[in-house]
Amino acid sequence: MKKLFLLLLLPTISFAQDDLLKELEKQDQNTDYTIATFKGTRLVNGHSVETKNGGTLEFIFAHRFGKLNEGLYEMYGLDQAYVRLGLDYGITDNLSVSIGRNSADKIMDGYLKYKLLRQSSGERSFPFTMTLLGGTAYSISPKRGNEPEGFKTVDRLAYTAQALIARKFTPSLSLQIMPTYIHKNAVDQSREKNDQLAIGIGGRIKLTRSVALTSEYYYRLDPPDNDLFEAGSKRYNSLGFGIDIETGGHVFQIVLTNTSSLTERTFITETKGDFFGGDIHLGFNVTRTFQLKKKDAK
Amino acid sequence: MKIGYLVLLFLCTGVLSAAAQNYTTEKSFISFYSHAPIEDIKAENVKAVSLFNTATGEIAFSVPIKEYQFRKSLMQEHFNEKYMESEKYPKSTFQGKITGFNPQAKGIQHVSTLGKLTIHGVTKEVNIKGTIEKLVDKLNMKSSFIVKLEDYNIVVPQLLRNNIAEQVEVTIDFVFKPQ
Repeated sequence: MKKLFLLLLLPTISFAQDDLLKELEKQDQNTDYTIATFKGTRLVNGHSVETKNGGTLEFIFAHRFGKLNEGLYEMYGLDQAYVRLGLDYGITDNLSVSIGRNSADKIMDGYLKYKLLRQSSGERSFPFTMTLLGGTAYSISPKRGNEPEGFKTVDRLAYTAQALIARKFTPSLSLQIMPTYIHKNAVDQSREKNDQLAIGIGGRIKLTRSVALTSEYYYRLDPPDNDLFEAGSKRYNSLGFGIDIETGGHVFQIVLTNTSSLTERTFITETKGDFFGGDIHLGFNVTRTFQLKKKDAK
Repeated sequence: MKIGYLVLLFLCTGVLSAAAQNYTTEKSFISFYSHAPIEDIKAENVKAVSLFNTATGEIAFSVPIKEYQFRKSLMQEHFNEKYMESEKYPKSTFQGKITGFNPQAKGIQHVSTLGKLTIHGVTKEVNIKGTIEKLVDKLNMKSSFIVKLEDYNIVVPQLLRNNIAEQVEVTIDFVFKPQ
């Protein structure tokens, strides 16, 4: 009888002696959202799942030199440069807009980017982050008055829609897949379709807390049989590798890629370089973030 | 035999009442402040939780690192990504025993606590002083102490020594209610 009584007491005693911290951790079950899946809003040429935080403005200066295999006469590509100047602004933590201008083909581009789902663990656990991207590209070339016959203003436009899906597997490894749809208002019907699909894959490996290796590849799902440019040169899928170096408010990305452009319609569907044939462009993406609106202290 | 039961019953209620002397967080506030030549950095956290047993003096804190709010969001990201490694070490904790607190006394009491402070995965034995004020059925605990970054293996690059102080001042202000 006595033993029974003691047995009944046992749980109460053990509860009272339970480690306070362990008990606290049992109560404290909040959701932990993954941050910084990638360092920048761009992986190599294309977008990453990252959006700018609300109230922050990012200036992106990106450029690609000419091809490494052009030899000494062109200083291994350094004599030429293609530039994109852009601004990204976070309207909220999950919604950002961006505009830019590419010197390659004189394209103005604009994007809306919305972080729809966030990878999280804890009480509410979710395996990946998904960001939707919508973009418009407007070609300023050909010059007004010099257009070929029948060329309309709408022919200058192209659109991009992407679902960017990424998972940060460990603090140092993140992978991303990017199903992509591109619509170009005007194409040479014998060589290209107006609507094109591609799937991108990319990733990041952090080497130190400030340095990371990135890569990105876009595979076109339905290239035409006659997959050539007008001049007869072949089209390639875009491939790029980069090194991200972060210092305070800057991110420097040093990239090697087979495309000279920085807007989706061009680098996904109009890449001219054969990476393994040495058509490699050295380039940089340099970003600077400005906090325009400071968060109120809670 | 009967006396034995009574003793047991007494013990039983004793244990229960000891458990009922647990206080839990109603409101929490933790901030830290770093003063360096180029900039002052301040962050605030209202998501910390704590348990305090007034009978034994035992106390425990758990602070989710990602909940520190900075005025600049990039700073917040760097704090988590580069310095605190929040994904590896999501929480800072403290576990210790408060001495000098009399649950019956009124007004502000000066207390001190000896315990283990864990930040960035490193645990250190610390002695922290503070005050506890008894409000009707609640307790207000306040403290302020210095944390040296290098004690907890938080490395600031040479280049940023003018931006981030080597030690930060941590301030806590908790209101406890009976659990």
